[in-house]
Amino acid sequence: MRDLFRALRRAPLAFISLIVVLIYVFAAIAPGLLAPYEVFDLTKISLMDSFIPPVWLDGGDWRFPLGTDDQGRDIISATIYGIRISLMVSIAGVILALLIGVVAGLVAGFFGGAFDAFLMRIADIQLTFPAILIAVLIDGVARAAVGQAARDQLSVIVLIIAIGLSGWVQYARSVRAATLVERERQYVKAARLIGISKLSIMFGHILPNVLTAVLVLATIHLATAIILEATLSFVGLGIPPTTPSLGTLISIGNGFLLSGEWWMAIFPGAVLALLVLCVNLLGDFLRDALNPRLR
Amino acid sequence: MIAFLFRRIVQALLVLLTVAAIAFMMNTFLGDPLATILGPDSTAAQRDQVRIQLGLDRPLVVQFADFVWRSAQGDFGMSYRLGRPVAAVLAERAPASIELTIVGVALAVLIGIPAGLVTAIWPASAASRVILAVSLFGISVPSFFVAVILIWVFSVNLGWFPSFGRGQLVTIGTWQTGLLTPSGWRAIIMPAFSIAIFQIAIIIRLVRAEMLEVLRTDFIRFTQARGLMARSIYISHGLRNALLQVITIIGLQFGSILAFAAITETVFQWPGLGYLFLQSVQAADVSMMSAFLMLVALIFVTTNFIIDCLYYIMDPRIRADGPMGGHA
Repeated sequence: MRDLFRALRRAPLAFISLIVVLIYVFAAIAPGLLAPYEVFDLTKISLMDSFIPPVWLDGGDWRFPLGTDDQGRDIISATIYGIRISLMVSIAGVILALLIGVVAGLVAGFFGGAFDAFLMRIADIQLTFPAILIAVLIDGVARAAVGQAARDQLSVIVLIIAIGLSGWVQYARSVRAATLVERERQYVKAARLIGISKLSIMFGHILPNVLTAVLVLATIHLATAIILEATLSFVGLGIPPTTPSLGTLISIGNGFLLSGEWWMAIFPGAVLALLVLCVNLLGDFLRDALNPRLR
Repeated sequence: MIAFLFRRIVQALLVLLTVAAIAFMMNTFLGDPLATILGPDSTAAQRDQVRIQLGLDRPLVVQFADFVWRSAQGDFGMSYRLGRPVAAVLAERAPASIELTIVGVALAVLIGIPAGLVTAIWPASAASRVILAVSLFGISVPSFFVAVILIWVFSVNLGWFPSFGRGQLVTIGTWQTGLLTPSGWRAIIMPAFSIAIFQIAIIIRLVRAEMLEVLRTDFIRFTQARGLMARSIYISHGLRNALLQVITIIGLQFGSILAFAAITETVFQWPGLGYLFLQSVQAADVSMMSAFLMLVALIFVTTNFIIDCLYYIMDPRIRADGPMGGHA
């Protein structure tokens, strides 16, 4: 861990990315502290304030530095609350994928046999489909199964499941490969000899040794998960406009792009792109810093 | 060679069968065809009669076999949303998507490979830094947002390109093409570029990594020692070796290009398969969704198969390797 901090000090780009990501996380945890307005409280927004451009344009208003949307919501505040939903959904999705993938990979690698073969075939098949297709299909299945209205209420959960089920394969493969190696090590054999249960060998002994690889994967996956959530929300398959995520905000703004109200789509989009960029940079840094071959 | 082909074909068929099973389950357990055909206030007797007519009273295995047989012949049933045969709708929408994908991939290759070569051959130059920075941007900005920015800049502000549609079309047989008219070309540029940008970034990184690897090997050093001109070394010796990887990745990316094309098509209201697919998902049109699933699986399996064969032809080491199962 201390090595990691030392490496971080030598990589200014990664250091800046970390700080930016931490600011996003702070905005997600306590949006009320940063956002000037409570945009989801219908009593506090006014239609009189709708379509106000950013302050540096004609008709701008200092109350809303980056302008307002079609319902008179402050763009800055809506974007901050959007970060909260985007991050919440994508982090939960990554955790779900990680849990499924790690458990499946550990069991497959440790026991081998028919379960292993079966699981890896599923993984092979799923890998041929891009995550976004799988996520869209899961959403479609949810719509057909529970109906449109219920699907909208469950949108957060459906999205988390879609991200989780479309992303577990990478974890499973990498954990399985690492487990196959660890299984043959002396310490595992010793633990077996003194009669420690298979379950606690798997989770107590092998798991800690494959965690670094999982951490790197999770960081890179988070960037794709954020994009996935935003993309699904953008095309109307994700978070509904009542509690918009960043993707939903861009989608709403896109409807007004041709009539000239560009700020509604461009600002949330820039915030989204910066987040993904920083997470990607962090992922690259972690991969290089934690890769024993490069040290 | 024959054993290799046989094993690959069996694998491909297994994948297709698995996907067909998933599509069949979606069709059987998600939609209620009886309610769709007869409406909600039908009597039990009517329902039973139609159920027998449609063969829904037969064992699931028989229904599945029937489903596979009909799908193999291109009969995917009726779309609940459009009230037309799924296959006819798909055939009508396919040309738009095929043209968009081909132009997108062509852009990606034409921009990506030279840019990747530059970053590998002159790694310290300013051009390389700019290219790498732009490629990082390319994988960080979601493709739908690239599309939004393009529309904002080139349609709203500059008015160069249309923000939606395919422009003027020319019909050749059953194929409606936009590639023969100026307005068709103006319409395809922005969607094709927003599909290409992510692929460009990937190709740049890949060509660079592969070239750096190849340039470090002994045979390149040897050719340099022999006094061959620098350019011929890079192009004929280095690039040829790197191209194998590029072919693979473009082939593998073909699927994700199609998938992301769905998003791009939606932004530009491009009347292709992807736009149709997303509309079908939104309307929970199960028969359309399951047909799509199988169609995409078929495309993936075919491209993977072709890539494997190309590999087999281009890289003799694979042939010497023996069983392919080793690194599955």
